[in-house]
Amino acid sequence: MTLLLLIEQCLNGLQMGVALFLMAAGLTLIFGVMGVINLAHGSLFMVGAFAAAGVAAATGSYTLALIAALAASAVAGVLMEVLVIRRLYARDHLDQVLATFALILIFSEGTRFLFGSFPLYIDTPALLSGPITLPGGIDYPRYRLFIIAMGLAIAGGLFWFIARTRIGIQIRAGEVDREMIAALGVDISKLYTAVFALGAALAGLAGALIGAIQSVEVGMGEPVLILAFVVIVIGGIGSIKGAFIGALLVGLTDTLGRVLLPQVFGLVMDASSATTVGASLASMAIYILMAGILVFRPSGLFGRAT
Amino acid sequence: MRRETLLNAAILAGFLALPLWAWMADEPFIITLTTRAAILALAGVGLNLALGLGGLVSLGHAAFFGIGGYAMGVLAFHAQTYTPLTEAPFLIEGTKSMPVIWLVALITSALAALVIGALSLRTSGVYFIMITLAFGQMFYFFMISWPAYGGEDGMSIYLRNGFPGLNTLDPIQFYALCFVLLAGALWLVSRIQHSAFGLALAAARQSPMRVTSVGIRPRSLHLLAFTLSGAITGLAGALFADLNRFVSPTMFSWQTSGEIMVFVILGGVGRLLGPVLGAAIFIAMEHWLDGVSDYWHIYLGAILLGMVLFARGGLIGLIAGREVAHD
Repeated sequence: MTLLLLIEQCLNGLQMGVALFLMAAGLTLIFGVMGVINLAHGSLFMVGAFAAAGVAAATGSYTLALIAALAASAVAGVLMEVLVIRRLYARDHLDQVLATFALILIFSEGTRFLFGSFPLYIDTPALLSGPITLPGGIDYPRYRLFIIAMGLAIAGGLFWFIARTRIGIQIRAGEVDREMIAALGVDISKLYTAVFALGAALAGLAGALIGAIQSVEVGMGEPVLILAFVVIVIGGIGSIKGAFIGALLVGLTDTLGRVLLPQVFGLVMDASSATTVGASLASMAIYILMAGILVFRPSGLFGRAT
Repeated sequence: MRRETLLNAAILAGFLALPLWAWMADEPFIITLTTRAAILALAGVGLNLALGLGGLVSLGHAAFFGIGGYAMGVLAFHAQTYTPLTEAPFLIEGTKSMPVIWLVALITSALAALVIGALSLRTSGVYFIMITLAFGQMFYFFMISWPAYGGEDGMSIYLRNGFPGLNTLDPIQFYALCFVLLAGALWLVSRIQHSAFGLALAAARQSPMRVTSVGIRPRSLHLLAFTLSGAITGLAGALFADLNRFVSPTMFSWQTSGEIMVFVILGGVGRLLGPVLGAAIFIAMEHWLDGVSDYWHIYLGAILLGMVLFARGGLIGLIAGREVAHD
């Protein structure tokens, strides 16, 4: 294990982390402001990826594909909120889980109906393909660096948006006391729709970014959704800062666990069983991390105690 | 209350009459379909104990379903390859005997539920939903990456396991076994509902503070309910594996958890026969809609969505009225 390899893996972990953050930020905002647990957030990720793949195939432009992903997932998010989620605010979590589970079925089969079962691919633009040599002599894919930069920029923008703008203040006020900000004359239902659209657009953007390094297919949203759940549970539900730190923790734990654990076990057992044990443990590592954190802090690292 | 009792009787009568008719009409496929419904109903009965009575929204019951399935898979695999499970510290052999497999499935899934419950019950609300979901995924990824028992491909068991005095390969005899277990679980749950423990559990769902103030710890009640619930779902997993003679990590997937939850809610949360009706309707829809359209999940999703938005209390609530729901 060389230092260069370790740095490369850290970058991979960072890339996974920022992608997860884009998903988790929307989830945690939606839960924090509206108190809704949205299982169909993964479907918005998928909608973004499919919109990007469709537009990229039709126009060949990666920029247009990203814009299409943002627009399509925001529209899907608004439709979802207006038609279904809006009726669930007053319901308990059980109804929300079931209704959004039903939405997953509808979105997945609807997408299968429109695009078929074969995976699609998004080509990265020429400017971003191929490796780049970083200081220290590491060859690293440009596109992954682009994802990291994009994710960090959006994270920064989101922090600014929540902390400094008027809507951001209203969102934070909504997390603290929903009835009060309605009483102060903020149109709460428009705010809810806006937050949902924002969360959906972030998920769709994540879908489009990740869609270019893996295949775009039905069901691609759910694994990411579950990881995003782990992220916001670790970070504390409702906290953007928690989502960011949680996302990086999960990204790094998963990536480094897969590389390091088999090597660590290799010190005490023979190579083939070390690979087996290490790989099995690595696939569970983030869940073990989550369980461990929840044992000590039941409402996450940055969550308000309930 | 009377309407629900009548409806319950009708549901159980249906579960007896349909396979009997299919047996006489020589339609083994219908018997297999009903067996599937009965087994999934049993899994739902398990979840309903935690979800309906205890108010614990677990999205990770696939873990117990899968553990039950793999209890059967592992024991039968070692029996069919004539290799012992372990030799040290003492010899454990595989087995093809259903009662032994059931016992192992019950104990292992109860233990898993005890550990998962003890950790998860430190949280509540939406955290509980997500942490149970994550525990389910943990088992899922473990089974995929652990190559000893088939890994991602799962493993086939060539012969259905045996039960003393019965020929389990005969569909109607295997169905009878599953139905007896389902009826037994229903009897147990109805006894629990009316026991001191069940009443305290229902009270803890409605007002944990009051229950605490009379000197009962809600968390102990919840943990016991979660453990029993996991054990029943684990037994269903063992039967499900025996029905298909195949186990794979899919049993652990979160869609399995979602489907078990769908049975419970479709039928009616907290109703004794809610999961049974829910599973029956689900299997019937799966069978008929699949013939109508390749994209039948859209219809299923739409029906579910309609149920949640407009028919709270599930099908039993729709037919028998809401007044019997105690919350």
